[in-house]
Amino acid sequence: MYRYTDFDAAFVAERNAQFRAQVERRIDGSLTEDEFKPLRLMNGLYLQLHAYMLRVAIPYGTLNSAQMRQLAYIAERWDKGYGHFTTRQNIQFNWPTLRDVPDMLDALAEVQMHAIQTSGNTIRNVTADHFAGAAADEIADPRPVAELIRQWSTDHPEFQFLPRKFKIAVTGSPNDRAVTKAHDIGLRMVRNDVGEPGFEVIVGGGLGRTPMIGKVVRDFLPEADLLPYLEAVVSVWNLLGRRDNKYKSRIKITVHEHGIDDIRARVEERFALLRPAFTGVDQQLYAQIKADFAPPAFSDRDVAPFDQAYANDPAFRSWADTNLSAHRTPGHAIAQISLKAHGATPGDATADQMRVMADLAARYGYDELRISHEQNVVLPHVHKADLPAIHAALKAANLATANIGKISDIIACPGMDYCALATARSIPIAQEIATRFDQLKLEHEVGDLKIKISGCINACGHHHVGHIGILGLDRAGVENYQITLGGDHTETAAIGQRTGPGFSADEIVPAIERIVDTYLSERENADETFINTFRRVGMTPFKTALYGESDKKQKAA
Amino acid sequence: MPAIFTPKVITANALLEGDVVYLTQDDTWTRNLKDADVLTDEADAQIRLIDASTRTSEVVGVYLADVAPDAKGPKPTHFREAFRMRGPSNYPHGKQSEAL
Repeated sequence: MYRYTDFDAAFVAERNAQFRAQVERRIDGSLTEDEFKPLRLMNGLYLQLHAYMLRVAIPYGTLNSAQMRQLAYIAERWDKGYGHFTTRQNIQFNWPTLRDVPDMLDALAEVQMHAIQTSGNTIRNVTADHFAGAAADEIADPRPVAELIRQWSTDHPEFQFLPRKFKIAVTGSPNDRAVTKAHDIGLRMVRNDVGEPGFEVIVGGGLGRTPMIGKVVRDFLPEADLLPYLEAVVSVWNLLGRRDNKYKSRIKITVHEHGIDDIRARVEERFALLRPAFTGVDQQLYAQIKADFAPPAFSDRDVAPFDQAYANDPAFRSWADTNLSAHRTPGHAIAQISLKAHGATPGDATADQMRVMADLAARYGYDELRISHEQNVVLPHVHKADLPAIHAALKAANLATANIGKISDIIACPGMDYCALATARSIPIAQEIATRFDQLKLEHEVGDLKIKISGCINACGHHHVGHIGILGLDRAGVENYQITLGGDHTETAAIGQRTGPGFSADEIVPAIERIVDTYLSERENADETFINTFRRVGMTPFKTALYGESDKKQKAA
Repeated sequence: MPAIFTPKVITANALLEGDVVYLTQDDTWTRNLKDADVLTDEADAQIRLIDASTRTSEVVGVYLADVAPDAKGPKPTHFREAFRMRGPSNYPHGKQSEAL
């Protein structure tokens, strides 16, 4: 893992001291709220419905056991004993008071963490494949790239007052687990015809009010050109981006309005100017960073304990079948810890649970943990022989839910239970859907199905790319939920299509049940997943199930 | 005919704690909606809003919220205000945990 240099540590300490002084000046009246707000946002501090919220970056989703323990400590010392992991690999504390935030930031700095640029019109926390460095299908580890981008973008003088926020995601695998096509810039690590490493650069993706799938702006960017090219893209948008209208300010609109060819030409022109300024220092830095991400010394042991537990313990078998993924090293696995116990708040972990996960990482997981954009925790490197003990410890902490990728593994934004921007609640809908399908004992019968819920059009819950997407709106003072079907968050990214009119809070769970029943009756066999069935049969049978035949005929008439 | 003025309360978030507060009749901040001053005259409401908005060392984001007056005090008319009054629905961590 990357460790702060003296420069990094001094930078974060200075920034924290500045923010402490800014908080004091706000409290003593020297700063107005209008002056203070952009400063607090650049340091991850929001004011929500019921309290302040501190959003802490977990860079590229990677953390060690000491960092996880510190998050647990912060949750207990200054919050209400839990934290909320988000779709952008951050953790949010929902209840800090203003005076405590500088102390929280200092506590984070003790374990080389911060909240810088987790908000505001800046380049945000760079996200990456949560299986980075572990996945069997990986070409290259995206974390050193993400760390290089973090260092380049943090406090970048040209990019502190962008037209709007800017999000970058990196994947090193052809199977995209980082939703790169729904980011302002998505980077796919690839190799060219002669085997040289580089990037496919995707630009202008995004969800929100105007969902767009990103477009390829450069097929192959040599590795050494990364930072000047990124700087070219962001600076072209920094000039062109619409500052007159916040709904048109994201780069996806700039790309849409100007066309990808025009943007490409401008970027190449700018890149030609910037490239000579990068003399290779960035590449030296990149080489040093890469060394920090050397793989651990994997142990070579007998996997018999795994095989024995798998054969004899049905609960372990179910968990192993659902929550494990292929690791590149023989005898090892990637284990996902579900933060989606049926009826629980998606993405929440108590301080006790954080400590259990930290202990497991320290004891069995080469001291590494990951946070996925799907709001789960990952032990990226575990030896299979240790999995029965890991499963037992997780079970005791209510963390052994075997539902990764299933209908109850729901992404949900905080919604109107916390968020000042929300137009409806998300969390209770997720809780009810998970509880209902657990009661029906249908979860494993239904198989892989991604439900994603957002409580407003800004789409933090990624509803557009859910196989089933749910969007909560305020319709004449009542919560109303629109459904989209057929979204896809992977390398074959697609925006879901709306089924039709929305449903009330009471009607939404039965509506989801009708959709799932339709899938089960339409699928060719148990191997045909929901998304494949939807692609084959289209919207019609689902519409009929939701709105009835008569409605369809009326519309056709 | 002028539109009928919906009764309102003045509400904001406290600067230090960040939680929801309401303005009382004697211009103090309360954490309890039932103690809030219900404004029934539009001109009065606008003046009280302007005055409350200047109290930037105490509160953030001052605005007028619709209420329905009731014998036991004002009640929120929109679900957003109901959540602000009560707290989140997934944990009893908001005002619902305080003795009201």
